[in-house]
Amino acid sequence: MARKLNRRTFLAGTAAGTAATALRFPAPAVAQAASFKIGLLTVKTGPLAQGGIQMEQGILTFLKEKANTLAGRKVELLIADTGGNPAGARTKAQEVIERDKVNVILGPLAAFELLAITDYVRDNATPLISLAAAEDVTQRRANPFIIRPSATSAQCCHVMGEYATKELKHRRAATISEDFAFGYEQMAGFQRVFEDSGGKVVKKLWPPLVTPDYTPFIAQIGNVDCVFNGFAGSNPVKFMRSYADLGLKAKTPLLAGWTAMDDALLRSLGDEAVGVVSAAFYSADFGSDSNKRFVAAMQKDYNVLPGGYSAGMYVAGQCVEAAIQALGAQADDRKALAEALHKVSLADTPRGAVKFDAYGNVVGDVFIRRCEKKGSALVNTVIKTYPNVSQFWTYNEKEFLANPVYTRDYPPARNLEN
Amino acid sequence: MSLWLTLAVNSVALGGLLFLLSSGFSLIFGLMRIPNLMHGSFFMLGAYLGVALLARGINFWIAALASAAAMALIGGLIERVLLRRLEGQVLPQVLLTLGFAFIIADVCLMLWTGDPWQPATPDHLRGAVQVAGLYFPLYRLVVVAVAVAIAIALWLLVDWTRLGAMIRAGVDDAPIARVVGIRVSQLFTLVFALGAALAGFGGVMGAPYLSVYPGLDFEMLPLALIVVILGGVGSLLGALVGSFLIGFLYNFGTALLPDLAYVILFLPMVLILVLRPQGLFGKVTT
Repeated sequence: MARKLNRRTFLAGTAAGTAATALRFPAPAVAQAASFKIGLLTVKTGPLAQGGIQMEQGILTFLKEKANTLAGRKVELLIADTGGNPAGARTKAQEVIERDKVNVILGPLAAFELLAITDYVRDNATPLISLAAAEDVTQRRANPFIIRPSATSAQCCHVMGEYATKELKHRRAATISEDFAFGYEQMAGFQRVFEDSGGKVVKKLWPPLVTPDYTPFIAQIGNVDCVFNGFAGSNPVKFMRSYADLGLKAKTPLLAGWTAMDDALLRSLGDEAVGVVSAAFYSADFGSDSNKRFVAAMQKDYNVLPGGYSAGMYVAGQCVEAAIQALGAQADDRKALAEALHKVSLADTPRGAVKFDAYGNVVGDVFIRRCEKKGSALVNTVIKTYPNVSQFWTYNEKEFLANPVYTRDYPPARNLEN
Repeated sequence: MSLWLTLAVNSVALGGLLFLLSSGFSLIFGLMRIPNLMHGSFFMLGAYLGVALLARGINFWIAALASAAAMALIGGLIERVLLRRLEGQVLPQVLLTLGFAFIIADVCLMLWTGDPWQPATPDHLRGAVQVAGLYFPLYRLVVVAVAVAIAIALWLLVDWTRLGAMIRAGVDDAPIARVVGIRVSQLFTLVFALGAALAGFGGVMGAPYLSVYPGLDFEMLPLALIVVILGGVGSLLGALVGSFLIGFLYNFGTALLPDLAYVILFLPMVLILVLRPQGLFGKVTT
């Protein structure tokens, strides 16, 4: 691992050096003692590698665009592979904090990895920018060192709950998602808003995380107006094919959370995904300047359409830049950096304007997209934008936090039918 | 009503796929006494190769056979060059196959990235069959037909040919088979290659509806284990019955008791291990 880190450092350093020589940058007037160190905790091996690789591509694209210099400060990126498990995340967090003395950590990918290191980064006063969605990290157990530029699990699902009743006029819904915390929080958020705006969730299905075949679950869906799914990773690909194969696609419209219809996943999907409506905090289709640059760079360097993981890391990079800009010479003070990160407000990011609430969670646009076929490729076309969506949706923050965190059984589903 | 019918048809379809996966595992386990922990990897690697070939516009069946052939070659080589040296040492063999499983997983991640791949169902097998007002995808029924055809071919091979007799002799008692002049070590290579080929073929057959993604290998491996322990080691009939049994248990179990999906899958295995350790159709070894 040590060699890996060093090689990566070396490569990033050389790349920056080459760029500087080629463009003949004048030497910075202010002497900088050391470079600003960003530690990326990502997953490059095992089943979660897909999202981890996208995260890495996102931040590399951002740093390349900035020629490894943020607000005049030279930046060094250290990449560590957690292997996608809590113990690995803890070990690598310790490695980048204590040995490499990073100024800020980006990552980790999965909620259980993040939960394994939240106390550790607080104790070591190291700011962390994560995309992991666990609600309480920015709610009942908010941490002054953590900000989240992506979304909580339920942030986009609240929006979908309202869109499904108000715009699509659905009244009866079934939900289906993996039997784990991210699934519970997503489905609970959807159910809460859907039922508060006049709908009824009549069926909730929970296939295990590893499910060889979704058919037995899909066969139970029954008579509903729509099905909301919150699958993640490679599961949505499997699920949507079975859904279409069983003839439900034509009968019952499918709605999706952001991971289930992420733009990066589109090339793995086929006709079965056409027509699926999803709510996401990022859309490759979005027309901001930075997003156009970002999508073009990702297509040029990696030949992929970026999704939420890459865009989230790009935005994380922009937050770091803004915080360094605000602090100037004090950027090495980690406590000040954490505070500055909370105050970041960006007008132009690939996902639109971004600011943070008092708990460190993003307040930003949520897009409703419909999947369409353009030529031979699938595209998520934005059909409605909800601006400045908070993690609390339209609910009162105090009341929201007085309730328990979303779980499989909270809020209780009162309209279930068999 | 329609729910039960869908589940029943789907049980058979899942059983067919499981047979493709586990028949080779059963033969290898039965003959060589190695729980081949890279069997799921052969399935996944075969599926990836198939997807790569399909992306180049190659006919589905040719892609499936080509990837089966590639798996046979890789499996045969691993057996001949590496496993051979560890003959009779069960633990090192298990560790070697486990190590290869990790290596194959990482190589696949490098070559095919972490994105899931799902080839389109071949054109001539697309569409749905309508049974009692209920749609069921044609492709899954084709998988069952293929599984049954392979089951018959394997049965003919094992029960009615000289080679099959030698394999059976090796399964029953390898040392005695050696004494009577059967080249058991050659059989080992052959059976290992055949098992790998069946897994690779199953991988391509499964790809259009399972999709291929990192982690597929270790999702399939336990299924092969359950089927073989249930049916009995080294018994093709056992693998066949075990596959369909698991197909039905999985489908009806997850529909009736969704929270216990895993218990339903693994409980029969535990019961069999306690009550009838040789499996439903396995022979008692002394």
